[in-house]
Amino acid sequence: MSKQTFDLSAQSLRELNSALHALKGQTNQTAWDIVNPRGSHAIAAGLDAPLDVTVHGSTGYYCAGMNKHATVRIKGSAGPGVAQNMMSGAVIIDGDASQYAGATGRGGLLVIKGNASSRCGISMKGIDIVVHGNIGHMSAFMAQSGNLVVLGNAGDALGDSLYEARMFVRGTVKSLGADCIEKQMRPEHYELLEDLLRRGEAEGKAKPEEFRRYGSARKLYNFNIDNADAY
Amino acid sequence: MTSEFPHTPPRKSYTFSDAVNAEIRRAAATGIYDIRGGGTKRFLPHFDDLLFLGASISRYPLEGYREKCSTDVWLGTRFAKKPIHLDIPVTIAGMSFGALSGPAKEALGRGASAAGTSTTTGDGGMTEEERGHSKTLVYQYLPSRYGMNPDDLRRADAIEVVVGQGAKPGGGGMLLGQKISDRVAMMRNLPKGIDQRSACRHPDWTGPDDLEIKILELREITDWEKPIYVKIGGARPYYDTALAVKAGADVVVLDGMQGGTAATQDVFIEQVGQPILACIPQAVKALQDLGMHRKVQLIVSGGIRTGADVAKAMALGADAVAIGTAALIALGDNDPAFEAEYQKLGTTAGAYDDWHEGKDPVGITTQDSELYNRFDPVLGGRRLKNYLKVMTLEAQTIARACGKNHLHNLEPEDLCALTLEAAAMARVPLAGTDWYPGKNGL
Repeated sequence: MSKQTFDLSAQSLRELNSALHALKGQTNQTAWDIVNPRGSHAIAAGLDAPLDVTVHGSTGYYCAGMNKHATVRIKGSAGPGVAQNMMSGAVIIDGDASQYAGATGRGGLLVIKGNASSRCGISMKGIDIVVHGNIGHMSAFMAQSGNLVVLGNAGDALGDSLYEARMFVRGTVKSLGADCIEKQMRPEHYELLEDLLRRGEAEGKAKPEEFRRYGSARKLYNFNIDNADAY
Repeated sequence: MTSEFPHTPPRKSYTFSDAVNAEIRRAAATGIYDIRGGGTKRFLPHFDDLLFLGASISRYPLEGYREKCSTDVWLGTRFAKKPIHLDIPVTIAGMSFGALSGPAKEALGRGASAAGTSTTTGDGGMTEEERGHSKTLVYQYLPSRYGMNPDDLRRADAIEVVVGQGAKPGGGGMLLGQKISDRVAMMRNLPKGIDQRSACRHPDWTGPDDLEIKILELREITDWEKPIYVKIGGARPYYDTALAVKAGADVVVLDGMQGGTAATQDVFIEQVGQPILACIPQAVKALQDLGMHRKVQLIVSGGIRTGADVAKAMALGADAVAIGTAALIALGDNDPAFEAEYQKLGTTAGAYDDWHEGKDPVGITTQDSELYNRFDPVLGGRRLKNYLKVMTLEAQTIARACGKNHLHNLEPEDLCALTLEAAAMARVPLAGTDWYPGKNGL
């Protein structure tokens, strides 16, 4: 089946998402080009099929929100909440990502080839995120599980109040959030990182041994008055 | 030998009462604030402070049992392709699996469905018990996003974006480690046994302009089929209602400070928020000012107990109400039949509020299988259905007495207030007058 092209300057967002949602399970219409996105919100939100969607330009809020199975490539930058609550599949951004990239994501892979703004990976619940550049403050706040890999630097309060998510940062960390500590890199972490860098299209850009690992000290898991200053 | 002069009798301080002193001692001994379930226990102006006027020469009543008084309600008629139609305007408020046991959630679904109304998920995702037994299920979209997924969004009948809760406007959720069982931990993707704190703000939007885009996204994901509710706590109801409407809500859910919670700091429950009586007129005014009253439906909750409360809330302008605490009591919560077990927990029937500890002898607010297996969801559902039917009959009785052939035809003009406070809050005249504080700017 030939590639489908959808022009958002000529057709509406509703028509686009309606057409994409109609594709369930086995479909031959798997390849889609979206042109003239012009910063529209909720582009390709709620996909539920193994589609290959390329957005030629920058997107507004919540592009590929709640994605399942699909691979969405953004040939530009992404607005807030890109790939929020992603379940599976992949979202790859050539440019930068605004706030809350990958928020609450439960699975799949989010790759940001530029920088990510604040709260990247907030409340992540199983997603893997690979950022080639830097990430902003309060990233991985209350992160529950999954992996956040940063080839650049991290801003203030990284991993504040996090649970079991793992974070790997190659550059500097401006400050760690409450209950977040540096942890030893063990052989399984090098192995994991190697796989994440490969899948995150960062192979050759960085080596696993250049990273430091951060995770939860688990001191705030149950309330203790002696830790009250941390709250 | 007694003194020849009379003694001043011992006198305790009103400010430092026994209860206040006990709390100071408890705080000093434990180093932690008091956490409990339920809603405010303080005295507040409430629906009890309003009365219906009934029919007279100028208003003629409808015949009870003979002339129809309808009770149905449509919710989500503004934008949703598939608005909800309920037989009665009393819905079941959001309560989480985690806070409540699986059998309790099943009973809520059974009772609500049998009575022709909806039930609502909570901060723990959608369970098969409640989806399977709820004909109409509202799926809450909360800051924690525990268990959130597009499949459940699509199999819900409506989506409720939770911004606030009456028991704790501005606060997040709390489920202490005792209730994080294997199943709860799996659904929330958290380690078993840890204290689980839900965020107070949504992770991917801030403010009304973002909310508008978030609602757009939810509509796109669900192909504009589902009604989208926005739930707010009783903080600033005029502005919050107006902003929810501006953001594109189909329905506004307004929860006053009498609304319950699974577990929150007592100081939060008792000191933050406004009584529902004060909230309803503000929200209705916002809808009227925007020309959206009855176009965006208003559901109110927080201390609704009887058909009279339902009728009064609707007379003040609500389209429907929601009950939480009252539904749990109907299921058996705090039943004196369990007094001996409440005594063992150091409390008494009617006062039990340590829901967060998971030791509920009735089996409702627990994840302990030995306790929740005591609870019969079929019987619980039957009891809830009975209670909902009674509330509806009571509301109809009042509406007929006011000459109304539908509960929605009740109006503020049918009411008077017994106290100045209630008159000012509800904006209905003090009994025997045509005046309320603030009327015409006076």
